[in-house]
Amino acid sequence: MLSPYRRRLVVNAFNLGVSVLMTLFGLFWLAWLLWTLLSQGLQWLGPHVFTASTPPPGEQGGLANAIVGSLLLTGFGVLIGAPLGLLAGTFLAEFGRASRLAAAVRFINDVLLSAPSILIGVFVYTVLVVPFGHFSGWAGAVALALIVVPVVVRTTEDMLKLVPDALREAAAALGAPYWKVVVAIVYRAALGGIMTGVLLAVARISGETAPLLFTALSNQFWSTDMSGPVANLPVVIFQFAMSPYEDWQHLAWAGALLITLAVLALNIVARVAFRRRKARQ
Amino acid sequence: MDEAREQIEAGARAEAAPAVAEVPNPKIVVRNLSFHYGRFQALHDISLSIPERQVTAFIGPSGCGKSTLLRCFNRIYELYPDQRASGEILLDGENILDRRQDLNLLRARVGMVFQKPTPFPMSIYDNIAFGVRLYERLSRAQMSERVEWALRKAALWDEVKDKLRQSGQQLSGGQQQRLCIARAIAVRPEVLLLDEPASALDPISTLRIEELIHELKSDYTIVIVTHNMQQAARVSDYTAFLYMGRLVEYSDTSTIFTNPRRRETEDYITGRYG
Repeated sequence: MLSPYRRRLVVNAFNLGVSVLMTLFGLFWLAWLLWTLLSQGLQWLGPHVFTASTPPPGEQGGLANAIVGSLLLTGFGVLIGAPLGLLAGTFLAEFGRASRLAAAVRFINDVLLSAPSILIGVFVYTVLVVPFGHFSGWAGAVALALIVVPVVVRTTEDMLKLVPDALREAAAALGAPYWKVVVAIVYRAALGGIMTGVLLAVARISGETAPLLFTALSNQFWSTDMSGPVANLPVVIFQFAMSPYEDWQHLAWAGALLITLAVLALNIVARVAFRRRKARQ
Repeated sequence: MDEAREQIEAGARAEAAPAVAEVPNPKIVVRNLSFHYGRFQALHDISLSIPERQVTAFIGPSGCGKSTLLRCFNRIYELYPDQRASGEILLDGENILDRRQDLNLLRARVGMVFQKPTPFPMSIYDNIAFGVRLYERLSRAQMSERVEWALRKAALWDEVKDKLRQSGQQLSGGQQQRLCIARAIAVRPEVLLLDEPASALDPISTLRIEELIHELKSDYTIVIVTHNMQQAARVSDYTAFLYMGRLVEYSDTSTIFTNPRRRETEDYITGRYG
């Protein structure tokens, strides 16, 4: 029989070992994925990717229209979705709290959070594409916004809940109305977390393909007209990667690498910016 | 076992009529105040008066209701939907528990400092200006003047005058608490509520806070909740002893500590329970 102390040491060592193994297991696939992307995509990444639009098969071209389209769709998606999510998350954490309405909203939000994105694509298709008779960038942005909302609602509520009640009491005790307590004090205290949530949402939608297939579709040509079909990286990658043409496949690899690098860069920039802000306070 | 029985008996005695002294110039008059957290009744029929420009201390063992009582004076409990008070609290003769009382205006008159220092995530300057801006429109120069005045009052000016733009959260614990006091003073309240303001601080910071309380009482009516009986004896003019949600005894501090009228009070201040 082991003494209780020795038993604890053994259990601790075992659990620590399993945890490390699992971490390595997860990191292994991530590393493999990044390696594949880099080794396959890097060689096709050149200036032409950013200057020329998507070519017909067999001709020279790039991804410029898809890059700009993706920026537009993602940008408008966040612009529409993030404020909605922020307000709803604020309602849940600061005003609704334990009320029945808040519980219902929270439940529906969780359902939305795990809704398959293709469902959102089909939904927006019936609401914004069919009535207008054509695919459009706006429909794509709305579909992406619907994916942003639940992510931002959840992270906003969680981050606001982390702000200690003592801070709310202190602000209220100075005679601040509650909305002012939330806007001037609680938001400020939770800013880093809330922005991280928004960035998570950006990362999430920048690779979404399914909702865009039914909404923004794609566009062979350069177009920034949001009321018509707009090219975007995920759908172009989808089309080009499935095609039998080698130069299209190469562009697909380059596009996949681009999205990954962009999300990575966004995260790093945000982290550095928030750290600096914090240091200055 | 004996201790438990002792406590039950003490509780039964606490339900007997409290020994409450009258005070000169009452600023706050509490009448038949009861308080509930949901279905739990935390205060039972409290009546006492808080004298103007004096320091009044609430003492008693953990959970006796002393903080709860303090939190009624600015109705900060209203932040939580399941908490409610009944009875009357008169501030300058007006019942602040009245439904029509504007909570924000009440809190501008009755400031509060909490147990744990709670600097806002902003600069030292803005920490103080935040409350002032809620109720007054001051020019830049006037605001700087007010910030300096408040920091001087809180005995913090000399330590922070060169770093007003730095975050208030970078100060030490004792400095943070004085910042919170400065913040509360800056809006120029009439009453200052201190909820165990020194319990999270080291002895030197505690001493500074106590000196500060002493200086502030010439301008403010101060009510302090404290765990520390020596602290109550040092800083307060009047002391109320609460036990199990009831007021047991209330009198001038020297009477409470040297010649208490109730046995429970004596037991508590001599360290027999609590």
